[in-house]
Formats: sequence, structure tokens, C-alpha cells
Amino acid sequence: MLPPVEVPTLVTRLIREDWGRILSSLVSSIGDYGLAEDSLQDAVVSALEEWPRKGVPRHPDAWMITVARRKALDRIRRNQTAMRKSGELTLWLEQHRNDPEDRPMMIPDHRLEMIYTCCHPALEEKSRVALTLRALGGLTTAEIAGAFLDKTETMAARLTRAKKKLRAAGIAFKLPEPEDLHDRTDAVLRVIYLIFTEGHWSSDGQMSRTDLVNEAIRLGRILTGLLPDHAEAKGLLALMLLGDSRRLARKGDDGAFLPLEAQNRARWDRAKIREGGALVETALSMGPAGPYAIQAAISALHANAASFTATDWPQIVALYEVLAQRQPNPIVRINQAAALSYAKGPQAGLSLLDTLCVDDKLNGYQPYHACRADLLARLGRRQDAAASYRTAISLAVAPEDKAFLSNRLRALTAP
Amino acid sequence: MQYMCLIYAQEGKEPQPGTDEFGPFMQGYMDFTQRMKESGKLVSGDALQPTATSTTVSVRGGKAETVDGPFAETKEQLGGYYLLDCEDLDDALKCAEQIPSAAFGRVEVRPVVIWD
Repeated sequence: MLPPVEVPTLVTRLIREDWGRILSSLVSSIGDYGLAEDSLQDAVVSALEEWPRKGVPRHPDAWMITVARRKALDRIRRNQTAMRKSGELTLWLEQHRNDPEDRPMMIPDHRLEMIYTCCHPALEEKSRVALTLRALGGLTTAEIAGAFLDKTETMAARLTRAKKKLRAAGIAFKLPEPEDLHDRTDAVLRVIYLIFTEGHWSSDGQMSRTDLVNEAIRLGRILTGLLPDHAEAKGLLALMLLGDSRRLARKGDDGAFLPLEAQNRARWDRAKIREGGALVETALSMGPAGPYAIQAAISALHANAASFTATDWPQIVALYEVLAQRQPNPIVRINQAAALSYAKGPQAGLSLLDTLCVDDKLNGYQPYHACRADLLARLGRRQDAAASYRTAISLAVAPEDKAFLSNRLRALTAP
Repeated sequence: MQYMCLIYAQEGKEPQPGTDEFGPFMQGYMDFTQRMKESGKLVSGDALQPTATSTTVSVRGGKAETVDGPFAETKEQLGGYYLLDCEDLDDALKCAEQIPSAAFGRVEVRPVVIWD
């Protein structure tokens, strides 16, 4: 037994770091997502009860697996007809119910099977993302709801529906057939990128959730290894590495958010920039560039610029144009407007913003107002800029965002 | 001649397991099945899992599209069915893609309830 540790903290850490690995391994042996997850949750409850009394086991992950198998057996026995589990599984669980909890266990990594199962096209896309965040990231239902700006109860119902369909429709826990792998990968890439962005700009107000970012990058690496000829898998991994390379520079010593122009470029992670840059080049050489590869190429131009002013803005504007053609999307245009303002001046950027159709959705989108405010301020239209900053501040969720925008507003209105 | 009787009912409105009405309701089905059997009319009959478990496949330009949910009837009407014994959903969807009508209409794939 290890010396006493703060048990809830330890359990939380275990869930964050090992949930996906433990759960996917359980699903692989039990063959039923719902049963595996319920049993693992039972095991977590047991850990919270037992560890403070008996001490933390030497191998918490092995303990979780063994106890979860025992709980699965209990659940099958309690609910024999509803579960309709084969005798074979019951026998298997019987044999493994007394696996020692205190020795290291080879826990095979089935996370890739898990991600393709969670991203099965027979599930609604939103459910795919939610299920993957739950199954692989170990996010709580409330956290997933936050990522979608949904109510927790709505998200809970969605997850329940998705899990029910996995079982009742007979969606197998396996990798797709080779001929389906590429099609199914598009859905997987979208899900991985959402996990990354959730970690990057966490909706719970935390600036950065490195565990999610790392999980997304790790999943991206596994995918590119599995699909060496999939350009967009490389493009996505590059995009995430390049984005993450600036993580340490994004906050000042006082914890405040620093925009690109104020970042200390010496703090950028050169290893990630090199790896990301090489991946973009390969991805672009493999054929017509997809949206992830284009975004990664933009990120690489930023990463390799000696200074903010030395950035190749015209090239970035051109890449945004290609991206906007592929993905007609106002958010792409907002970013293009910002780049255009450095290539050709703030008025050019503002003119582009003015061509956008501002509906309710865009009107509630904080970066739109922040971009507008910046362009107006640079044009010397201080009153209009201040109004836009105030709107942006009212829409900001993360405290760092609020603080950054408020500072800008103060600088603008200072005598 | 064989007739397939597709039973449409609003899900959740029928007697649910655990209620007093459920027993007589199920008994009614068993009695009906027995009567059809004795009269020699029964070929096969099954209950389907709820529509939430359904997946619909269509093939357009040689590419299979899979979407979550049942087929919402429009101009297309049910014109036939296959009852297939498949490994898992992917296996069933692969078979469904090969049904010639998938290229014109849609094929709804719904698991059949297995009674204990």
C-alpha cells in the first residue's frame, strides 16, 4: 500500500488519465459498452469508499479493472433476463472475478476500436462527439454539455440514447473494414479536433485543459500511424501540434491572455513546430489540400515567422480564401479579415467583415465583435470600437478573455 | 400468397413492462400468434427494436450513405423486406447496401427483438 493520498484527487486523476484505456479494455472483454461503463462507475464508487479505509492499491488501474469485472458479474446476475448475456461471458467474468488487484496487469489498449465505435455513422454526429468525449476523455456529462452549450439533462438523454443504440442495434466494438476505414475516418477526425478545441479553449472557463489537448494529439498520432496515406489525418495532427506549440506563450506571467503579437516567441515549442511543419508539408504533397491541412499551413506560417510584423500575411490571406471556398463559413472570413488588416490595412479587413451576413448566431459570437473592435480602434474610430469591445466582453465566457478585452477597452478609453 | 403485417403504433403508448396492463397485452399477442399458427396462416413474425435503434442506408453515385434513425416515409412506400441473420450492424449495413433498391430508395435496417 502506498502512503495516504488525497483519495478523491487520486480517483479524479485516474479517471482523467486512464478512463479511456480502462473502459475500452473492459468493453473489449465484456462486449457491451453500457454494461462496461456502468460497472466501471460502480468500481469508482467502491474506490472512493474503500481506498480511504484500506489504503490506495499499488496498481489502481488493475484494481479498477478487477473490481469492474466483479461489478459486471453482479449486474448480470441481478438482471439476468434484461441483460441476456451469454453463458460464455458469465463464465469468463467468473474466472476473472478474483484476479489479483495488487499486481500490475497488462491492460491492452483498445482505444482506437473505441473511437471508431463511438464515431459509427449509425449514430447522430453530435452523439458521436459526445460519446467519444465521455468514453475516451472521461469527461463528465456536464462538461460535454458545456462543450455544446447544451443543458446537462439534454446531454444525459442523448448519451443514454446513443449507448442504448450501440447495444440494441448490434454496433460491434471493432475497427472498420479496410474499405470503410477512410470514410469513417472523416467522422473520427472531426471528433478528435473537437476534443482538442475543447481542451484548447475550455468551455468551463479554464484557459487550457492540457489533458484533453494531449489526448487529442495522442489519438491523432495513433490515427496517422494507422493511416499513413491519409493526408487529412496528418493535416489535423499538424494543426493540433502547431496550435499547442504556442500554449506556454499564450499566458503572461500574471496569467493574462496574450495575443499573437504580444507573445514571446522564444517560449514557443520548437520541437512541436518542427514536427507539425513537416507533417503539413507531407500532407500538402499528397494531393488537394483538405481543410485541416490548410489551417495547419496557416498555423505553420505564423510559427515560422521571425516576428509578428515579419509574418507572411498575403500568403495567409490567400490560404484563408482557399479555405473559405472549401468551407463557406463566417468564422473563416473573420480570421481572414484579421489577416487582411495586417496585409492591406484595417479598412480592408473591416470591408470584408461588412460583407458578412450578421444573423443571430454571428451576432452572439464573441470573436466577431472582438475582431471588429480591434479594426475600428486601429482606424481611430474609438467610440465605435468601445461599443464593440463592450459587446465582446458581455459575450466572453473565459475570465482570461474577459480580462483581455477589458484591458483593451480601458486602453482605448484612457485619456 | 403471403402478407407481411407491419405493425405501426406510437412507441411508448402501448402497455409497458411492469404495469398491470402489460401481462394481458402480451397474452393477447401470444393468443393471436397461436390462433394464426393453428389456422396455418403464420409464416413468420417478429417484434422490432424501437426506432431509436434504426439505421437507414442509401447508395448514391455508388457511395453508401448511412444515417441514424428510421426511414421517414415520403413518396417511397414499403415494397418488401428481407430478414437477414448478420454478424453485427456493419455486416447488416453491408448487405443492405447490396439490395438494388438502395440505389433508388432507402433501406431501413432495424434489429429484431430476441425473446428469451
